[in-house]
Amino acid sequence: MARTTLSIAPVPNGNRKIQLNGNHFKSAICKKNGYHNKAQKNITSHGARPPCSKQRFQRPESFEQAPMYVAVMTYLGFGIVTLFGYFRDFLRAVGLEKCHIAREREEQKDFVPLYQDFENFYTRNLYMRVRDSWNRPICSLPGPVFDVMERVSPDHNWTFSLTGKTIDNVINMGSYNYLGFAENNADFLKTVEDITQQYGLGVCSTRQEMGNLAIHEELEQLVATFLGVESSMILGMGFATNSMNIPALVGKGCLILSDELNHTSLILGARLSGATIRVFKHNNMQSLERLLREAVCTGQPRTHRPWKKIMIIVEGIYSMEGSVVRLPDIVALKMKYKAYLYLDEAHSIGAVGPTGRGVTELFGLDPSDIDVMMGTFTKSFGAAGGYIAGKKELVDYLRSYSHSAVYSSAMSPPVTEQILRAMKCIMGLDGTTIGLVRVQQLAENTHYFRSRLQEMGFIIYGNDDSPVVPILLYMPGKVVAFSRAMLKRKIGVVVVGFPATPITEARARFCLSAAHTKAMLDQVLFDLNEVGDDLCLKFSRRIFSPRPQQHNNNDDADSQIID
Amino acid sequence: MRMVLKYLKEYLSWLYYQYLLITGIYVLEPWEQSIFNSVLFSSMAMVIYTSYVFVPVHVCLALEFLSGICGEQPESTMALIN
Repeated sequence: MARTTLSIAPVPNGNRKIQLNGNHFKSAICKKNGYHNKAQKNITSHGARPPCSKQRFQRPESFEQAPMYVAVMTYLGFGIVTLFGYFRDFLRAVGLEKCHIAREREEQKDFVPLYQDFENFYTRNLYMRVRDSWNRPICSLPGPVFDVMERVSPDHNWTFSLTGKTIDNVINMGSYNYLGFAENNADFLKTVEDITQQYGLGVCSTRQEMGNLAIHEELEQLVATFLGVESSMILGMGFATNSMNIPALVGKGCLILSDELNHTSLILGARLSGATIRVFKHNNMQSLERLLREAVCTGQPRTHRPWKKIMIIVEGIYSMEGSVVRLPDIVALKMKYKAYLYLDEAHSIGAVGPTGRGVTELFGLDPSDIDVMMGTFTKSFGAAGGYIAGKKELVDYLRSYSHSAVYSSAMSPPVTEQILRAMKCIMGLDGTTIGLVRVQQLAENTHYFRSRLQEMGFIIYGNDDSPVVPILLYMPGKVVAFSRAMLKRKIGVVVVGFPATPITEARARFCLSAAHTKAMLDQVLFDLNEVGDDLCLKFSRRIFSPRPQQHNNNDDADSQIID
Repeated sequence: MRMVLKYLKEYLSWLYYQYLLITGIYVLEPWEQSIFNSVLFSSMAMVIYTSYVFVPVHVCLALEFLSGICGEQPESTMALIN
């Protein structure tokens, strides 16, 4: 592996030259990072693939396209609501209707306008009408079931008031509680209680000054052991881990190749760094290779000097699509073109892989192939914060040069202990097999839920291994009706629309948990079936033959698309 | 009899619900829904009335025109030869 050590170890001053192959020629293409909200996605309907020998490298991922009439009706719905939006804006401007949004005072009318009305058109005229489906207050632990507070709105969602009643035992299909560690069982939390007694709650300092506690060091060691890397660094906030560490790794004169559907924290970090950003199509290796070749051949835009660094930024599981990154292909490309890889495992750490080690384990790769491994503790570990892991020189460099590491407050002791106990549980270091059982239960729940949904006829996106299941709803009216209907049946779901998704692909996102029992899943599936029939949501045109066993293999060899 | 009526009413209200969802009217306030429904209903009524009044006349004229062309042709060539 001598070849790879040369390309992996990042030098602290970041002056690494990339080898040029061939001579310079002028390139006319230089795209800056666009807005990831635009519908640039290439939706290809991969049918079912027959099982092949390299099965672990080619999990079936489906992005089925809906029939044409669905797209037409979606646009129709949005068009009509937009027209009514203009009508209502006109009424507000004329004064026939009371205006609930922020307005300038009469005396300020001649000044430079403070509020740009048009930018908030969508919020005012669509989101406000239906915002009772979001930001619902809950009043219990967000475990597999929770309690939702009931609220009413007398003026069509401009203001809310709580009735005082709660809707109890709503099945929670929205929390990122993949391994069920969001629990308040006193036995499991004994160590957390002891640590709170010992250290208190606040640290009141940064890690560099007085805030470096012994448990922080212990956690960093444990994370490094868990991931199979040399060293790791803990940060208090997951979003800040991305947005504050990428600027420390790359700067001007470097190139970032980021996936189309990367999370906002990655985009923010990339933009803050000042590097050139180029976007490749989601999970599309040809697009990535083309960009890499172009970058290596032509170099920086005007001067054609070689790029100081080329970094590929991808995520383990993309939370809006449920798709899993094609890690073996990316690692092969990265070694061929001598680029660095930054893997954000926010959703995949703990949730995929036979022992919960993330996508590296899922594909059977060596963790030292990936230069920077990043993840968060918010999802599978039931805590808060993030980590960056990799080679010792990288982590030592980041400890002094990353804004978040230097300036942000250290992680709170109970949170640190929660992560420690969750991680020890997953690794089996506490002497029980609870962790492994949970990881396997999650995988089983995932396969069961996905296969049943596909049989029912819903359009599901994503890889069969990912516990994030987006069901496509498409039309704005149906999105809202779905959320309300499911709450009426005591199931809490998260629905997502524009601008977090492309405008024609509104969806409901289900996050499965190891804490969901089969009875809960069956209840959810039963209600989904009824609501799906009631609202006509079953757009899939595939026929599935009924299978006797629904857990183990999901090769989808027995489905075909009908047109 | 009452069951059939009830079933029919339920089915019609489900159809109306689908119409609300598909056109996106579901998210609007009731008075806006009434405006949209009345506009749509009146325009559909006008379309139907216009088609009822004018389409038969136009179809007859069109057929006459077409049969006129087909009927005339052999007569004129005979006239030319003679």
